[in-house]
Amino acid sequence: MKKGLAKLSIALVASAIAMSAQAKTQTFVFCSEGSPEGFNPSLYTAGTTFDASSKTIFNRLVEFEVGTTNVVPGLAESWDVSEDGLEYTFHLRKGVKFHTQKKGFKPSRDFNADDVLFTFERQDDPEHPYHKVSGGSYEYYSGMGMNELVKDIVKVDDYTVKFVLSKPEAPFIANMAMDFASVFSAEQADAMLAAGTPEKLDLDPVGTGPFQKVQYQKDSIIRYVGNANYWQGAPAIDRLVFSITPDASVRYAKLKAGECHVMPYPNPADVEQMQKDADINLLSQEGLNVGYLAFNTQKAPFDNVKVRQALSLAVNKQAIIDAVFQGSGKIAKNPIPPTMWSYNEKTVDYAYDPVKAKALLAEAGITDLKTNIWAMPVQRPYNPNARRMAEVIQADWAKVGVTAEIVSYEWGEYLKRSKQGEHDTVLLGWTGDNGDPDNFLSVLLGCDAVGGGNRAMWCHQPFNDVIMKAKQISAQAERAPLYEEAQLIFKEQAPWITIAHSVAYKPIRKEVQGFKVDPLGGHHFYGVSLK
Amino acid sequence: MFQFIIKKLMLVIPTFIGITLLTFTLIRLIPGDPIEVMAGERGVSPERHAALRAELGLDQPLLVQYFDYVKNIASGDLGRSLITKTPVTEEFLTLFPATVELASCAALFAILVGLPCGIIAAVKRGSVFDHSVMTFSLTGYSMPIFWWALLLMLVFSVNLGITPVSGRLDVTYWIDEVTGFMLIDTLLSGEEGAFASALHHLVLPSIVLGTIPMAVIARMTRSSMLEVLGEDYIRTARSKGMAPMRVIVVHALRNALIPVITVIGLQVGILLSGAILTETIFAWPGIGKWLIESIGRRDYPVVQGGILIVATIIIVVNLLVDIMYGVVNPRIRHSK
Repeated sequence: MKKGLAKLSIALVASAIAMSAQAKTQTFVFCSEGSPEGFNPSLYTAGTTFDASSKTIFNRLVEFEVGTTNVVPGLAESWDVSEDGLEYTFHLRKGVKFHTQKKGFKPSRDFNADDVLFTFERQDDPEHPYHKVSGGSYEYYSGMGMNELVKDIVKVDDYTVKFVLSKPEAPFIANMAMDFASVFSAEQADAMLAAGTPEKLDLDPVGTGPFQKVQYQKDSIIRYVGNANYWQGAPAIDRLVFSITPDASVRYAKLKAGECHVMPYPNPADVEQMQKDADINLLSQEGLNVGYLAFNTQKAPFDNVKVRQALSLAVNKQAIIDAVFQGSGKIAKNPIPPTMWSYNEKTVDYAYDPVKAKALLAEAGITDLKTNIWAMPVQRPYNPNARRMAEVIQADWAKVGVTAEIVSYEWGEYLKRSKQGEHDTVLLGWTGDNGDPDNFLSVLLGCDAVGGGNRAMWCHQPFNDVIMKAKQISAQAERAPLYEEAQLIFKEQAPWITIAHSVAYKPIRKEVQGFKVDPLGGHHFYGVSLK
Repeated sequence: MFQFIIKKLMLVIPTFIGITLLTFTLIRLIPGDPIEVMAGERGVSPERHAALRAELGLDQPLLVQYFDYVKNIASGDLGRSLITKTPVTEEFLTLFPATVELASCAALFAILVGLPCGIIAAVKRGSVFDHSVMTFSLTGYSMPIFWWALLLMLVFSVNLGITPVSGRLDVTYWIDEVTGFMLIDTLLSGEEGAFASALHHLVLPSIVLGTIPMAVIARMTRSSMLEVLGEDYIRTARSKGMAPMRVIVVHALRNALIPVITVIGLQVGILLSGAILTETIFAWPGIGKWLIESIGRRDYPVVQGGILIVATIIIVVNLLVDIMYGVVNPRIRHSK
């Protein structure tokens, strides 16, 4: 009898321990919008891929502070910049562990300079044994001009790495916080190469990040476990699950049913109902983007600044915000978003004034102008319905005697033709990569970008001189006034009608704590917990 | 019968060549450069563009590209996805079990409900049941799938909380993928409650996907049964005093089944080729969604390879249906 009681009590205690352990296990579910292209963020450009790889598995030498675009130390504890702005020396953090895979790679050493060298040399050097693995296209590394910019990468010692640049470039440090700069394990790379399966490094990599990837089923699920050895401390979430749910209405249904805790990209039409939902907190932040209409300034009559100003005055932006954005957008007056440093509050926008617009057109000698408006065939955060937007602008311009035809092409074709300047006016937009104003002003409006990102085909020397000067100064306090000046020149010259910055909504369950909306559009789960 | 199968198989070869030619040409006829689509607003420099075209083999003349493609198919290589860089066959094999699982359950639902409904409606012609079946099947046939799916989801998952909203398994179960069939993998895992969860997740998608085939089967069974029930030999059987149940099941149904089998075969073929809307709404990782996304991204190898595999499945299913004819209908079995 006594033995039986003892057995029973042991069983009860054991089950109580098991139950408490189970209760403590926090499983956090993110209803992501699609499958990642892969798990090596340097090979791809989609935000979906970055959420699943760089934001969870990896770290970079420097990081964007979550919720801001400030650059803070990451795997590098600190960095120095030489006086001529050509050398960046990173002092690496010691004692950082890479993940250990259950079945697979087990690291024998901590993170060090070799890992940094491997990460960047792979992308930079066409002769590197890993350069051509998994397709070998490093779109962000080359797109940000890193090939030309980085002259040399030197290992000073095991915990010091020096980047030598070909010219002084202030945005370099922000570039280093971007997803493509996620640090891989050189030891894992060597092991995979020796085993004859180098592509496995990109499918199943280990990183130093807060979560370790455990399982991926395409179009279905990604499972991670919290990294107990994470250098900033173990995450509060034990298990992180990405439940891949492409349809926004279904994501909302899952959120309501408690099947997921956070969902990205809600339907604008659902936002009002989400605000009323007692189980949901609706977070919002202005996105780091801008939607615009670019005039082709190399084609008459758009080479005339008065015509551009007149057509800017003729557009009722508030009507566009109401009709197209349904509350998820704000009027844009500058080419950079308000959340970005150096945003010029003093810029005066072209207020809707058809009478003044007509007078200005007459002054420019324009009558019965016939033109076109190109409308994108795809939905973007900065422009959820380009066709509708084009229709509103078309109606506004008709009121000042301008007849515009709406033109659209398949997306790839649209991008190609507008790059070549086939349009009169074109609707497009941009989402920032690194929180640096140069990433908007130079990429979209610089003289070097004509025939590329500069859809206005606009090369205005005074503007270009200012942004080029700002690019070469390291101190942010000195750069900001230059960018503010550039915004005033831009507004006066009106190569674009700046239309809107989107407002990104993030519906989260009430029990979620510590989730911050990232202005760069990513989703971060470190520091997040469940009540 | 054997000759019949051989003849059918011979016809498959030109069909295959036709499919490769069609998919290869059609995807290239759609305007849009895969590299521009991949790069988006960011764009690529002309040099990088040219380099990427060369890497992907898109700089070759179309004829050379086509022959390379056919040569690779002959050696069993369907190429790699331009986006994920993974072999097409590997991606297909990862996703196909989910499609088969869903298609089988949907087909089961359609047959188990559609067939008896059609039979009873024919036997009780003109009754309330008959009218109800006809109205219901017409509604089912003409209902937009996405609307039906969202409606069921809102009622049963969100409001009543009876069924899960989407996915294949509750996220609390961490099951290793062995076969790709969730019902089998959950059984193999031995985790308590996992199999029930997988089954639970199949209910709504199977009903949604099975609704149209069910309506088609019910209507076809009804009309085919009505035709057979009016035949002389049925009257003879009845006048001989044979049990009504025996007349219906043995004499009428067997003959009425031939056109129904054709319809079931066609429906199963369609189901196996992936259900784009159902898969998207229920976040079901199948091949329908995979193909549609690939068309949008101009992922040529996936579109070409995927369609070729799907076409093969439809051809095989049709062949099986033809053989089934022989089993059900002796006239075909014994014909030379």
